[in-house]
Amino acid sequence: MATLGEHARTQPLGRARGGERAPRAVVFLLALWLCLFTGLVFLLVLLVQILIEGWPRLDANLITNYSSLLFPERAGFRAAILGTIWVIGCTAVLAIPLGIAAAIYLEEFADNERWYTRLIEVNIQNLAAVPTIIYGLLTLGILSLMQLVLDFQNRNVVIGGGIALALLILPVIIIATRESLRSIPAEIRAGSLALGATPWQTVWRQTLPAAVPGIATGTIIALSRAIGEAAPLLLLGAVVFIRSDPSGLFSGFTAMPVMIYSLVSQPQEELRTTASAGIVLLLVLLLLMNAVAILIRNRFQRRW
Amino acid sequence: MPDNTKTESEKQIVEVERPAGVKRTIPDVPRAVMTCEGLCVYYGSFLAVRDVDLIFGKNEITALIGPSGCGKSTVIRCLNRMNDLVVGARVEGVVTYHDQNIYARDVDPIEVRRRIGMVFQKPNPFPKSIFDNIAYGPRVTGMRPDSMADLVEQALRGAALWDEVKDKLKQNAYGLSGGQQQRLCIARTLATEPDVILMDEPCSALDPIATARIEDLMLDLREHFTIIIVTHNMQQAARVSDRTAFFTAQADDTTGNRTGLLVEYDRTEKIFSNPSEKRTEDYISGRFG
Repeated sequence: MATLGEHARTQPLGRARGGERAPRAVVFLLALWLCLFTGLVFLLVLLVQILIEGWPRLDANLITNYSSLLFPERAGFRAAILGTIWVIGCTAVLAIPLGIAAAIYLEEFADNERWYTRLIEVNIQNLAAVPTIIYGLLTLGILSLMQLVLDFQNRNVVIGGGIALALLILPVIIIATRESLRSIPAEIRAGSLALGATPWQTVWRQTLPAAVPGIATGTIIALSRAIGEAAPLLLLGAVVFIRSDPSGLFSGFTAMPVMIYSLVSQPQEELRTTASAGIVLLLVLLLLMNAVAILIRNRFQRRW
Repeated sequence: MPDNTKTESEKQIVEVERPAGVKRTIPDVPRAVMTCEGLCVYYGSFLAVRDVDLIFGKNEITALIGPSGCGKSTVIRCLNRMNDLVVGARVEGVVTYHDQNIYARDVDPIEVRRRIGMVFQKPNPFPKSIFDNIAYGPRVTGMRPDSMADLVEQALRGAALWDEVKDKLKQNAYGLSGGQQQRLCIARTLATEPDVILMDEPCSALDPIATARIEDLMLDLREHFTIIIVTHNMQQAARVSDRTAFFTAQADDTTGNRTGLLVEYDRTEKIFSNPSEKRTEDYISGRFG
């Protein structure tokens, strides 16, 4: 049997067989590039097309005017923008505290050996993948129950949109918060407990403050997903041709994705152009939100 | 047979009959603060350490030495109930603190940890300012000092860190060096005014100069606190401690798992110059371990 290393010592240094310049590796690399390129090209073509179509209507009127059938060239997204702001505000108030509290319980206090804890964990993973229209149906049911107690007629209300989207992004917030809490090293918790702090004090004063950047990033990304959802709001009956601003939690509303959906299928050319301009507006908003999330993550997140 | 050269306290030697027929002498320590009697720790079904009988004296430094995996860290974590945090850990036997069993049903582990502090192997400062690190303990335990700034200064002086950080109390603790961070952790423990300080290999992650400073600090702290330290470094135990307990690990015949057990516990001079057990002598002289 040859001694170990003898073969290596006798070969001269040079290009190794199967190294980086080998044909097989190059072909593989090219194939990967092609896949990336294809995806990017489709996206770019779509974006450019939308931009070209919506360009004539990218003006101040887009934001300040209401939509109008009589004067389609002056239709604007004002009601939709305000409606989106109201609904997302509702969503944030409902989903964020609930999601963070649930994540803290599951991560810090729940006994992982129990069967019901494992059931909850599995369910949350599943909920993040449920078709979004289901949340619309669920919200209709909740609103019917609320109508027994409170006095409102229409089910197309801001609070309904808020509930639907909150249910939608709740699993996402829970998962993001759990990941963030999990990234805090155990030594911090051990140090706090060894000083005589209770588990709740440890969470509230050490773990949670240290996890805030990660939680903020996850929350902003979850909200940006909620902004783009149309299906649950359509099911609630979000009306498109509204000519007033939302006035309260129980007022009628429309939202940007809903309005875009509706305008795109209108016969008037100008309204379709308006729709494209609205898409550009929505994309810019989403881009801004994701940029803020990444900024927070890069500036404040600690590498343990 | 008792020597005439022994001190008064050592003339009282308690002899305990152990189940395996191994007689082990436990010196009758004056002014005992904590004791372990028949301590056994299980992780699930695995017996990690068995039959530990120790007495820790007031204002003494007691060192637990031995090779890796013989249960020293497990034992020290039992003393402030940090083993409760390990899933599946089970403790049998009695650990007393001022004659009160800390594993009794009506004893709150939080109260135990407020009186028995712990310094860990790897320095673990909180991601806060130096001031907030020290003030955290008093704040969460409900101490209401007249002046928190004075308490923080006192703790930092007690840990020999005040002069180095007095101008940068608001800076983040992570900016300190390793040795400074470990002294910060000691200061943090001092701030809650404990009775006993446990140290689990406090100098393992530090360079020799930082180690020497912490050893000096331990000798100073001994005046006011009782210190129990786990160390891999025999020379450190010889330099610093008053009493030493030597642990070893014994393989179980049936399962092959190694269970830790206490071999000998005596004054440091005796352990390092004239140990009673052969296993102790082999370890001290480097024949194994």
